[in-house]
Amino acid sequence: MSEIDEDLKRPKRGQFLFAVFFFAVAALLAALLWDQTVWKQGKDLFSQARFWPAVGVFGMVGFTALHIWHLPRRRFSKPDWVEARTWLSVFEFAAWFLVYVWLVPVIGYLPVTMVFAAMLTWRMGYRSRKMLWISVIFAVLVVLVFKSLLQVKIPGAALYEFAPAALRNFLILYL
Amino acid sequence: MDQINDFISQIQASGLYLARWDVVLALLVGSVGGVLIGAIPGVGPAVAIAILLPATFSMEPIVGLTVLLGIYGSSMYGGSIPAILINTPGTAVNALTTYDGFPMTARGEARRALSLAYSASFFGGVFSVACLIFLAPVLAKIAPLFGSREIFLAALLGIILVVVAHRRHTLIAAAMASFGIWLSTIGLHPATYSKRYTFDQAWLSSGVNLIVVVLGLFALSQAFILLQGDDEKIRLGRLKGSYFQGFRELARHPRVAGISASFGVVMGMIPGVGEFTAQFMSYTYAQKSSERPEDFGHGSSEGLIAAETANNAVPGAAMIPLLALGIPGEALTAMMLSVFYVHNVTPGPQLFQNDMDFVVALYLALLILNVLVVAFLLVATNQLIKVVQIPNRFLGVAILTLSFVGVYSLRNSFTDCILAAGFGLLGFILKRLHLPIVPIILGMVLGNIMEVKLRSAMARVKSPLDFVDRPIAAILFSILLLVLVLHFRRVWLDRKERKARKWSISHSSTSFAANLSHRRNFLLTERGKRLRAKRSRYSRPSTDDR
Repeated sequence: MSEIDEDLKRPKRGQFLFAVFFFAVAALLAALLWDQTVWKQGKDLFSQARFWPAVGVFGMVGFTALHIWHLPRRRFSKPDWVEARTWLSVFEFAAWFLVYVWLVPVIGYLPVTMVFAAMLTWRMGYRSRKMLWISVIFAVLVVLVFKSLLQVKIPGAALYEFAPAALRNFLILYL
Repeated sequence: MDQINDFISQIQASGLYLARWDVVLALLVGSVGGVLIGAIPGVGPAVAIAILLPATFSMEPIVGLTVLLGIYGSSMYGGSIPAILINTPGTAVNALTTYDGFPMTARGEARRALSLAYSASFFGGVFSVACLIFLAPVLAKIAPLFGSREIFLAALLGIILVVVAHRRHTLIAAAMASFGIWLSTIGLHPATYSKRYTFDQAWLSSGVNLIVVVLGLFALSQAFILLQGDDEKIRLGRLKGSYFQGFRELARHPRVAGISASFGVVMGMIPGVGEFTAQFMSYTYAQKSSERPEDFGHGSSEGLIAAETANNAVPGAAMIPLLALGIPGEALTAMMLSVFYVHNVTPGPQLFQNDMDFVVALYLALLILNVLVVAFLLVATNQLIKVVQIPNRFLGVAILTLSFVGVYSLRNSFTDCILAAGFGLLGFILKRLHLPIVPIILGMVLGNIMEVKLRSAMARVKSPLDFVDRPIAAILFSILLLVLVLHFRRVWLDRKERKARKWSISHSSTSFAANLSHRRNFLLTERGKRLRAKRSRYSRPSTDDR
């Protein structure tokens, strides 16, 4: 397959928007290079703290500029904004994730995971009891495997402090 | 005779590493887990390894690495199942399997195709491990010849190869690799104790954690893709026939299998090249040398053997630059590198010199793994194919839930989670636009290696020529130049082809039609403007219409 055929298959919308956004961020970082890094007198170029950040940011600026220059279409159009709306729609799921992270140390890994998995499954359009039960069982399994069995580092919840002493240690260690 | 005795005692010593219940359990979990993960389209080994990585930090290096290696090595076996049955590759490297696997399913030979894929994968895996076990003593002799400047040049070569391997996206891949290099510099500079791009934020002083970036770019972004997309309806037919027929059929194509496995081993050893190049080279070779090249893409057994043998020969070989030089060639081995760092084991020439048993034990684990996977698949394929039917959006829920374990268990940091979500969004955009992600990870890992090695190498270098005066440095530098020359030649040829194509499709008749179309659009727009002006209540009536 030739390059041109591949180009036709590639999604067009959003390419220019992303490239321009990335270029703007790269240019901003490049402008901050002198403020955010230091140059120590008496040291050679490759030992300078500024050298590798400069390679990174100027590489970003230069290659993105060339990428924009090579894009088949170099102006904003309506489909770009439609694509941007799709990108923004993902913030909802990022918010779900961050609320989940925020609640775990407060309420507890097991209860929050069960509610999170069930609610997100509901939000995704699975309304049958079967799917909701599967999501809850999946959540319990995840907690059992990672926290109880593999003992990954997830702190006990603040709410567990109110449990009776014997139960509290168990909850903090395993759930 | 002495050499054979040495070899046997080496294998015995390495076997002791594996003769433990936790390593055996790791082998089982890795192999079965890897097949399952590979068989579910939309998950893939990168997501699974990223999620499991922090959980392996509490294990011993051999146990943790065996689990991850198991997932890496066996996911491609699993990935061939949906590629053959529903024309959707389970992992990205199974894309070529769909070319010949699915047409075989369409004509009612699904079990033959699966059986061929398993046997070809098994051959590729075992061939690469056998090659590497025999190569290990040679590598142990070559690895110490790599000093700082050689490792710097190898890392630079790796980054250049990753960039040029992204054909059609070379410029944006280079920009992403630069982004990765920049990310690796954030935090305190160890040589001058000065802060770099920390914006006076305490949480940035220790830098951006590689695993946070990996989890964001691979796991969270994949969860977002699945949650944002739609479920697909999948129908599976019943499978008939024997799974053992593939081994018999494979034995009839020893040339294709042998050469494809060799391509896999060689390409796997070169950082930044990997499965895709190995597959396409072996597929092209198989097609050109076949007696029935017209069958390729329409259910050719040789095509299927070439694709599956080559991709499964890569994981074993990809461990070579990682173990011998400490240079990961792609994203999965880059993740594995962090397991070494966590346990203060520095992969590189020293590891090959001082701890050869550990290296050979890893290869033996990979060998056993291949046997376990094939045994599991021969027994459990009929049950296993049901995982293909898990709905996409529910998978998204599952990955998002599991990603929490990966990110939060690292340092219990909410900031890490925000960063991972940010990288998840970036990964989502890059995946939607079909832009490369891997250069960011390799930029981060190799950027860090290049910085350290260049600094120590320059201390002993007086003139630029001194940098390449040692034989291996000179060879690496020549390869680097050759890669660049070949790349620019290809860019020039592509440009020429593009121009020729443009000339051939822009006939005078099409230009005339385009002119007419533009003229019509212009007239319609003008008419629209006139009509709107006429009908507007607020505009003054035009005197022309009277």
